[in-house]
Parts: sequence; C-alpha cells; structure tokens
Amino acid sequence: MQSFIHPLLALLLAPLLLGVINRVKARFAGRQGRPLLQTYFDLARLARKGAVISNTASWMFVAGPTVSLAAVACALALVPAGGEPAPVRFSGDFMLMAYLLGLSRLALVLAALDTGSSFEGMGASREAVFSALAEPVLFLCFLCLASQTDGLSLSAMLVGPGRVFAPEEFFVPAVLFVLLLAENSRLPVDDPNTHLELTMIHEVMVLDHSGPDMAAIVYGAALKLWLFCALVVGCLVPLAGLPPLAAWGGWLVAMLAAAVVVGVVESIMARLRLVRVPRLLGGAGALAALSLVLTLWR
Amino acid sequence: MEWLLVAVAIFIASGLLALGLRQKGNAVGAAGAVLGCLATLAAVLSGPFSSFLAMRLPWGLPMGALSLGLDPVSRLFLLPVCVLGAICAASGAAALAGEHGGTDRTGSHWFFYNLLLAGLVLVMTARDAICFLLAWEIMSLAPFFLIAHHDEEASVREASWVYLIAAHLGAVCVIAFFTLLWAGTGATEFAAIRLSLSHGGLAAPAVLFVLALVGFGAKAGFVPFHVWLPEAHPAAPSHVSAMLSGAMINAGLYGLWRALELIGPAAPWQGWVLIALGLVTALSGILQALAQGNLKRLLAYSSVENMGIILLGFGIGCVGLQAGAPTVAVLGLAGALFHMLNHAAFKGTLFLCAGEVLHGVGSVRLSHLGGLGKRMPVVGAAFALAAAGIAGLPPLAGFAGELTLAMAMFHGLDLPGLLPRAGFAAAMAALAAVGGFALAALAKADGLAFLGEPRTKAAATAHAPGPGALVPVIALAACCLGAAVSAPRLFDLAAQAALTFPGQSAGPARQAVADALGMQWGVLTVLGGLLVLILAILFLRNRLLASAGTRREPTWGCGYLAPTARIQYGAASFVEPAARILSGPMGVKSRLDMAPGWFPARARLTVTAPDRLKTSVFAPAFELAARVCDSLKVVQHGRVHLYILYILATVVLLLAWKL
Repeated sequence: MQSFIHPLLALLLAPLLLGVINRVKARFAGRQGRPLLQTYFDLARLARKGAVISNTASWMFVAGPTVSLAAVACALALVPAGGEPAPVRFSGDFMLMAYLLGLSRLALVLAALDTGSSFEGMGASREAVFSALAEPVLFLCFLCLASQTDGLSLSAMLVGPGRVFAPEEFFVPAVLFVLLLAENSRLPVDDPNTHLELTMIHEVMVLDHSGPDMAAIVYGAALKLWLFCALVVGCLVPLAGLPPLAAWGGWLVAMLAAAVVVGVVESIMARLRLVRVPRLLGGAGALAALSLVLTLWR
Repeated sequence: MEWLLVAVAIFIASGLLALGLRQKGNAVGAAGAVLGCLATLAAVLSGPFSSFLAMRLPWGLPMGALSLGLDPVSRLFLLPVCVLGAICAASGAAALAGEHGGTDRTGSHWFFYNLLLAGLVLVMTARDAICFLLAWEIMSLAPFFLIAHHDEEASVREASWVYLIAAHLGAVCVIAFFTLLWAGTGATEFAAIRLSLSHGGLAAPAVLFVLALVGFGAKAGFVPFHVWLPEAHPAAPSHVSAMLSGAMINAGLYGLWRALELIGPAAPWQGWVLIALGLVTALSGILQALAQGNLKRLLAYSSVENMGIILLGFGIGCVGLQAGAPTVAVLGLAGALFHMLNHAAFKGTLFLCAGEVLHGVGSVRLSHLGGLGKRMPVVGAAFALAAAGIAGLPPLAGFAGELTLAMAMFHGLDLPGLLPRAGFAAAMAALAAVGGFALAALAKADGLAFLGEPRTKAAATAHAPGPGALVPVIALAACCLGAAVSAPRLFDLAAQAALTFPGQSAGPARQAVADALGMQWGVLTVLGGLLVLILAILFLRNRLLASAGTRREPTWGCGYLAPTARIQYGAASFVEPAARILSGPMGVKSRLDMAPGWFPARARLTVTAPDRLKTSVFAPAFELAARVCDSLKVVQHGRVHLYILYILATVVLLLAWKL
C-alpha cells in the first residue's frame, strides 16, 4: 500500500513545483511573484472553460493531450520515491519509462502537426530532434546507475539495497539535471515564459490547445517535471534505513529544493541559441559517458 | 510437411494460369497466392512449433538433393511470408483491378508474384545448398519483374536495374560461400556440412564469414549494400513494396542465420563486426529516413534501420555465444527474431497505406500531401498506429523487441574485459538514439502526410479507397494490434527458435527466456493501465466539455491574416534542425536560386537528400567499370572472319601452353 504514496503525492503536488520555480524566479527579479498555488488555479480555470478547436484538426488533436498525460502518469508509476520502491517494478522498467515519455512526446508532436500551423510545426520539429539527442544521454545515465546495483529496474537503481555511493556517480545527477532542463523546456534550452517567439520549442507546440485539453498538457508537463526531479533526487539523496515518515519528509524537502535549484538556474542564465543546444546535450552525454567508463573501470 | 509441396504447386500452377489468362488473370493469380499462403500456413502450424521435420524428394540433378525441412527458425521466418503474402496479394488484386491502360502486364505480374512466394517458401525450407541456391535465384529474380511493373517510366527501369545488380552481386557471394563449403567438406546438405565441420576446422572461416555477410547482407540491405532499397521501394507497386520490405529482405537475415549456424561459433571479432555494422546500418538508415521527402523512400530507409537493429541482435547473440554467456546470446537472438516479426507487420501496414495515398493523391511526395487523415480516416489511423509501432513505442510490440535487445546488452555489461562493457554501453546509447530519431522520422511521415491542411488540390480532393483496398490495410493493422496483445506468446515463439541455435546451453538460456517472459508480462500490465488511463482522461475531458461547449475556429495564425496551406511546416523545414546538427550522416543538400539585388522577384529553394554512398561510391565505381568495358570495344567490331581468327589464335595458344 505504501508504494502508492508516490503516485498519489505526484498527482497532488506536481503543479506546486511550477509555483515554487516561479516564486524563486520572481524573488530573483525583485518581484513579489504569483501565488504558489497559481498552477492549480490555472488548471481549475482551464478545466471549467470550453475549448476552441481548429477547423483543420482531426481526432489526433484531441488524442494528443490525452495520450500524452496518460503516458506520463504511467511512467510515474515506475519511479521510486521516499526510500520506497515504485508500485510497479520489473527488470528493464527504466526503458519502459523512457519510451512512455517518447509516446507522450509523439502524441503532442502529432497533435501540433494536426493544426497545420507553421509555428506549431516548428515547435514540433525542434522538440522531436532535441529529444532524440537527449535520449542516448538518458540511457547512459541509467547504465551508470544500473552498473552500480544488481537489479535492472528503476527501483533497484535508486533505492536498491546494494547501492553504494561512489564518487564518479556524482556526474549522473548533474547530467540528469541538464536533461531535466532540456526535456521540460526550461532555461537555458527553452523559455517557458516567452510565448510566440520564434525561438520557442514546447510552448509554441501547444498554441492551439485550449480548455481541458490545455489543462491536460499543463498538468502533464508538471508531472514530467516532477518525474525528472524525482530521478535527480533519487540518485542524490540516500534515504534507505530511515523511518518512513522521516524518509518521506526528507524526500519532499529534497524535491522542493530541486525546484528551487531549477528556479535559481533559470534566473541566472540566459537562453542558449538553438544551435548551441546540441552542444549542451553533447557535453552532458560526454560527461555521462565519462562517468560510465569510470564506473565500469572500477 | 506435405502442405509445403501443395503450396509450391499452387503458386506455380496459378502463376502459369494467370500468365495464360493475361489481363483476366488478376483474380486467379491473387486467389492462387492467397491459397498458396494458406497452404504454407497450414504447413507452418502443422505439428508442434519446436518439432523438426525433414523430407527428401528425388530429383534429376547430378548434384545435391531436394531436401526440405521445417524447424522453428523456418517456421518463424515463414510466418511473415504467409501473412504478408496473402494480404498483399489481396491488396494487389484491388489495385491492379482498377489499373487501366490495356496492358497485359497483369498476368505476368501475378506469375512473378507467385514465383516470388514459391521461391521464398523454398529458400526458407531448403536443407541442401544446391536446392537453396536455386530457390535463392528464383526469389532474387522475380522481384526484378515486379519492381519493373511500370517500366514505361525511366526511373522505374533504373530502379529495377539497381535491384538486379545488387541481387546478383549478393548472389555471387552466396554461391562462392556454398562452393567453398562444398570444397572444404565435400557435402552440400546442411546437416552433412555441419557434421563434417564439427570434426575438423574450417580452412578460412574469416573468408566464409565475410562472404556470407556480404551475400546475405545485400539482400537484407545492410550498409553499404542498402542502396537498392530506397530505389526499388518507391518504384515498385505498393503491395510489392510491402512484400519486399516485410518478407523478402528477411530472406537475407534467414540466410545469414543459416550461415552462422553452419560455420559454427563465430570468432569474437565477428560478433563485434555484426554489432558495429548493425549500429551503422540502423543509425545511417534512420537519419536518411528523416531526411527524405518521399514517403515510400522514407519507409524504405526505415527498413534499412530495422534490418540494422536485427543485425545488432544477431551480433549480440554471437558475442554472447562466444563468451559463454547464454543469457546474452539467447536474448539477443530472440530479440532479433521478435523484431523481425514486428517489422514485417508494421512495415507491411505502412507500405499498404502509402499505396492508398499514392492511389488517392497520385503522389507520395510529402510536399504534395497533407490532411489526408480526414479524407481517408481508416488509412490515417492505420498509418499512425504502425508508425508508433515501428518507432518502438509502447503499447505496441515493437517496444517489447527493443526492450529484449536492451536487456541482452545489459547482461552483456557483466562480461569480463573492457571491450564488452564499453561496446555494449555504446551500443545501448546508439540504440536509444536510433529510437529517438525513428520517432522524429515517423512523426514527420505521419504528421505531414495525414495531418494538417492539404498542400495541393489533389490532396484536398483525394478520395477514400474502396472496401477491396481497405480490408487488407485493416487486416494488417489488426495484426499489429494482435501482436501487441500477444507479445509474450510471440516472444516465446522467437525464443524457441533462438534456442535451436547450435552452441546454446539449454538450462541457463531457458531461464533467461523465462525471465524475459516475466518482463513482457510486466510491460503488458503497465500498458493495460495506460489504456484504462487514456479512456478515463478522455471520459473526463468529454464530461467537462459537455457543459462548457466547444467552438470550431480557424487555426490561430498568431495574428497573421492571410494563412495558406503552404505556410505549414514541410518535409524540408521539419528536418532543418536535425540537418543542421547532423549534416554529415543525413546528407541533406539545399540549393537556393535567387536573383541578386535588394528585391529579388522569385526565389527557389531545393532541398534534396541523395544517398551519399550511391552518388559518391557506387555510381563512380560502376561508371569506371563501364568505361573499362567500353575500351574493350576495339576488339568487338562485327566482322565474323576476325572473330574466327580470335578463336583460332586462342586455340593455338592453349595448345602451345599445354605442350
């Protein structure tokens, strides 16, 4: 039963992370900032609204947000948290997680192309290509984690019994953090605040969605951010052996801290030119490969 | 087992009948193909899957024997041949019935189609080198005539020539492979060859390995012998493309499998050569697929990618066998075979859908398509389904195959030595990149063809195909869905075939298969949850919208007031970010023709993605060969008395040499 705490927490608290990030960014800019719970208000407002659907759109336009949200939610069920293994775990589930995120991405990309808008086509093409570059980096990270432990599931990698803390493993959370920024369209890869700039990736892809569909996209994005934060926190914070309450408390604090770090990074960095993004991902990949070589060498 | 002979007889009889009936032979030829495939299926399903059956028939040739056999590997490879053979025949009958123009090519088309099926059935059951080579030639030659169906077009003629040359260069190596084996062992029957090889070593195992790899690789389309695939598939009728891509190129894999079985456990480097070649094939295939603007060419390159993934599995299997790691070996081989089945179903569906697009619009250039999903909803849905499947996405079975390969490589990380560790880690990362780019390429294909606004008038007025053309598409799409639901069962079949590979230690390998089956069930559980979740979210969305209502409006143009369908993202613009990063392997070439000056009136941007290997390696090589041959024309002038003089001179020279 305890293992279902994490999905429940994620479903409830994921939008809070966006609020924390925005608060941190506002404080850095010397502003008060919007309420912490603003994302919840947005979601409630969107859910109550009607939808405007393009004349061009077909069933794919509706399927996009739905499938995307469902896939991310399923992927969450494979991620361990709070020193507890995930509710669903088996050998190789990390790959299912990565490919479920891929399914979620494909659904949104197709929904974007379904509108026939040039802007959304642009976002779709960028999202597809940059994610393809991020994919091998993510796998290298999982390989590093897996070679430290016996099991081949995410639960074994992040909270398994045989887990030791090796120095070379510190690269992995750093690389995962870069992936978090890239995959969740945060600065320095993409700016979640500038709408309608030609430099946009994710936000421009979902321009035409409105009402409950948009709510599904925003909520899905929040869950994805939560998922990546959980991965970073999972490999940074050892919680095994703590009493459950302390473990969960510590884990939640760490999650909030991760959101704060994202906010700080976004505040002190400018967005990279698009042509530089592959270098960032390539650098992350090189770091992951280095840490893998060090791990295997031992 | 007798069903096989019945099938071959049906193929040949109906082919000849169709040839005689010429244009009226459409129904007969197609019906014969379907019946023959059903008979083959009866043979495949006869007896337990793991049983070995064999049969020897008398024949009048001085060498070899007409020796046929059915084992799990043959059964597994025959499965796509039967299913695709029948469904593509049905689709072809519908397509050719609507084709007018007063040609009598229909009869010959069905003759060669049935001949191809007969050849494939014989290749995959032959147990003797001579019999195998004969069937191989039949199977290799028949597609030449199928590809050249519309031979009034110059591009089609060129494509079929490219195919013929590739097929023959491959066949040369295959013949040399079996000849060397025969010279070394004195046997032509596979069982006798293996028995003889188990006593003594091979004379030149490396040469045999390379010959097999090149010979069978040319059929399967491994880099750099893949150049015929992107030429042949767009030129051939779509049901033929589906058949070639889903079933015929598998013959190359089958041949490679048998060759690896025959020449025994490979040296360690051979496994790594297979892995490296597989990765190069997969990566370059998918990157070039991403670059293509022609739907069928894109699908052809995607076939190259998938053949690379399967070859990767073979390589993992060889490395595992060599290193004495049964888990790695059996998972690699089973994953490869499983992926082969999935690829056949998905690629067949995609090509049939592309055929309906070609039929409805008259073009498969992505820049001429768009918005077809609304005009042909069934085709659009089937294409989206198969596209997601071939990109390896859950919940379809393509994911299960890639997962098995990934697990094999993970277990490979525990092998001693730095090479397996570094090699398998790099291969994992490369496989992940292939998955990511496959997603981008198939999103491009589906999104630009079936979604958005129609880019041309022909696309806007395209009509949905009739029931005769739709039923095969639906049938194959149902196969894709069925494979997803019964993934553990199919994987079990693939694993049983993989367990027959010589040198496989049964106990640990069976344990690995059982573990992998458990994993498949785990995946299936999560995917069930995914389906429930999707339905729940859809239900919730519709409940919310029922009260708030929806409006239909034009797509938001961000304030731009005169949108046209032409401002949509197109094939070239979609790949621009990727082409900028990976310009080398993708080979995208763009040319801008613009008048100089401040206000140029008209400008023209041409973006093409030619195959680098074809344009800069094969084309110059063949031109050189042509020039060399041309220079021999001085001795060829048509004067008979001089020719007689040549002969006389040769005879005298030979006599003198012998004296």
